[in-house]
Amino acid sequence: MIYRENGQFKTSYQADQSLFPILQDRIFVILVVLAALAVVPLFASDYLFSAILIPFLILALAAIGLNLLVGYCGQISLGTGAFMMVGAYSAYNLAVRIPELNLLLVFVFAGLITTMVGMIFGTPSLRIKGMYLAVTTLAAQFFMDWLFSRVKWFTNDSPSGSVNAPELRIFDYVFDSPMRKYYFVLLAVILFAFVARNLVRSSVGRSWMAIRDMDVAAEIIGIRPVYAKLSAFAVSSFIVGISGALWGFVHLGSWEPLAFDINRSFSLIFMVIIGGLGSILGSFFGAAFIVILPIFLNRLPVMLGVPISTATVSHLEFMTFGALIVFFLIVEPHGLARLWGIAKEKLRLWPFPH
Amino acid sequence: MKAGWSILLAGVISVLTLQYSSQVFAQTNEQFVPVLVYRTGAYAPNGVPWANGFVDYLKLVNERDGGINGIKLTHEECEFGYATDRGVECYERLKGKGPTGASVFNPLSTGVTFALTEKVTADKIPLITMGYGRSESADGSVFKWNFPLMGTYWDAADILIQHVSKKEGGAAKLKGKKIALVYHDSPYGKEPISVLQELAKGLGFELLTLPVTHPGVEQKATWLQIRQQKPDYVFLWGWGVMNSTAIKEAIAVGYPRLQMYGVWWAGAEPDTLPAEMAAKGYNALALQHGADHTAVHKDMVKFLYDKGSGTGKKEEVGTVLYNRGMINAMLVVEAIRTAQNKYGKKSLTGEQVRWGVEHIQVDAARIKALGMEGMMQPIKTSCQDHVGAHKARIQTWDGKEWSFTSDWYESNQKFLRTMVESYASKYADEKKIERRDCSKES
Repeated sequence: MIYRENGQFKTSYQADQSLFPILQDRIFVILVVLAALAVVPLFASDYLFSAILIPFLILALAAIGLNLLVGYCGQISLGTGAFMMVGAYSAYNLAVRIPELNLLLVFVFAGLITTMVGMIFGTPSLRIKGMYLAVTTLAAQFFMDWLFSRVKWFTNDSPSGSVNAPELRIFDYVFDSPMRKYYFVLLAVILFAFVARNLVRSSVGRSWMAIRDMDVAAEIIGIRPVYAKLSAFAVSSFIVGISGALWGFVHLGSWEPLAFDINRSFSLIFMVIIGGLGSILGSFFGAAFIVILPIFLNRLPVMLGVPISTATVSHLEFMTFGALIVFFLIVEPHGLARLWGIAKEKLRLWPFPH
Repeated sequence: MKAGWSILLAGVISVLTLQYSSQVFAQTNEQFVPVLVYRTGAYAPNGVPWANGFVDYLKLVNERDGGINGIKLTHEECEFGYATDRGVECYERLKGKGPTGASVFNPLSTGVTFALTEKVTADKIPLITMGYGRSESADGSVFKWNFPLMGTYWDAADILIQHVSKKEGGAAKLKGKKIALVYHDSPYGKEPISVLQELAKGLGFELLTLPVTHPGVEQKATWLQIRQQKPDYVFLWGWGVMNSTAIKEAIAVGYPRLQMYGVWWAGAEPDTLPAEMAAKGYNALALQHGADHTAVHKDMVKFLYDKGSGTGKKEEVGTVLYNRGMINAMLVVEAIRTAQNKYGKKSLTGEQVRWGVEHIQVDAARIKALGMEGMMQPIKTSCQDHVGAHKARIQTWDGKEWSFTSDWYESNQKFLRTMVESYASKYADEKKIERRDCSKES
């Protein structure tokens, strides 16, 4: 009843192509953004900021980046952790070696470096597809692991191979408290989510989707696979690189290659699959599922006051989490974003379904 | 059906609110000690006994002594599976608990130590890393909040070299020898490399560094290299299943166990038991203590296990890692006690406990009073020296149990201190930390 687009006529091309064509969607997104900006900080504790919201937002950003590549362009990548690693280590090296450089520029350059690396590792996609491509991107993962743990230059000769991010200072403003860090990350996520949403409805995004749906047909109608695939790798790597830099600088503060190991790549691809391939919103759902749910499951017995040993809680967490993944994929193979879509369809008819 | 769901939801919410409000009215004369543990995953065989020892000691102090000067100790475990990001989450979860917040963190992971070093500085909570962590944090003038009590990896590396040179018949005899370091490819395993490289330069032995990737169950390639290179000694810097795998691989390639030396994290029952008799002759450093059974263990059994409130199994009381967790908890308790003498017998904040950790003084008489005679050497921390004791000895596995096979060694402080200070000043410059003047600290 409330969610109904009757009477919303699009009288111009602009209106028809707007970011959120349905008024209710527009209001919803604006409300969510406002809540994240103004309401959440009112009641959130330091724990909520630094242990839940910040990692959730950063990984959601990485998932958006990966979703552009996997969900929109259909190029499977198992090297996301590696690209995050490139972002984090290039940001670190830029910040340590050129201390005068503004941190915002550090992040942008880190993203650009990751873009280049991503395009290099994306070139095999011009020849191979599907699982074969996944295996070549896996090479990126192992290569970067090796590079950053073996080549001492990248870690500034740190004796343990662990690096420390410098202070988060931008124009004499220091992002030191969890709330400030949250704002920093939130603004980055809003910016890139907006950019990504715009990109996928542009000609670039349409060419990606054409390649995803059928690359031969796309080529015949005049889309150059080289441009489409490499641009997908480039944009995706840029966003993933930035999220890697944020993960290192804002969330961890100090890290080693293990923080971006193959498990990170897998968890990101799970986020995209569970959240919904080819959906920006799905990236947020997926990140929430993978980041927040395990922590919630781990804390639930204590919150309920059930005395179970720490080990049992942990095992229960793994089992429940695994079962929920299976459950959601059986209920809706197209991910949580599709469930959301179905809910909206139902709302349209509510309270008078046929 | 729908009604059922809403009743369930309402129930959950009300329980949650109740739980929350009961936390608000917590006792005020309590001291909260967070416990970061890993009872699951590839490192659980070693993480479990440590956690049991740690928690048991806290319980024992409550049961036997009624707390520290009447202040009861409370604790909460948080499982992080040796994963750095989950460790940080646990830290954030536990740091504000209790009437005055967390007293002190003991992460039992060098990776988490690195991640927390700056966070504890901001939150003013001391970070005890007993026998692990960043080696340069021995310098308390820069690392105000870090306490690598009882020995760092640099101490360990130096002592191992001292031992093998003694075995060879003098440091000069090490020239031309080959020593392989098989290490866990993480900050933990990489810590000793810089010291070993310096020593290799000075003494003229050749150092091979062979990394093993997490979790360390795949080491075929590493041991093939050892078979080819035939090093005179193998130093094992492993943790969790990596240790037992390494010993099994050494047996498989026929590398003599007598020439293998583990760090103190590679010298406990879970490491050698899988190979049992075949591991005979394998050596490891002991972080002072071994698998002992002293007066305190009798108390453990009497006050906890006989009443059914022990954390682990009764048979495991007194194993190497159990004792390590117990000694770690003992030092926490002694630090709180020291701080209470200064700040009064009440719940203390992390900042006050930090003063206590910096003024730990456990002498021979106190060790005896604690029921740990023979398990450890006296320890005394100061602003200058956040380690407090730099001694260790070698223990050897005889197929059934560990026993000591060397005298006490003390690491060469003249050599290590300059390294500690140079790395600490590098960190201070990077982070723009102002050194404390230790002569003015009380």
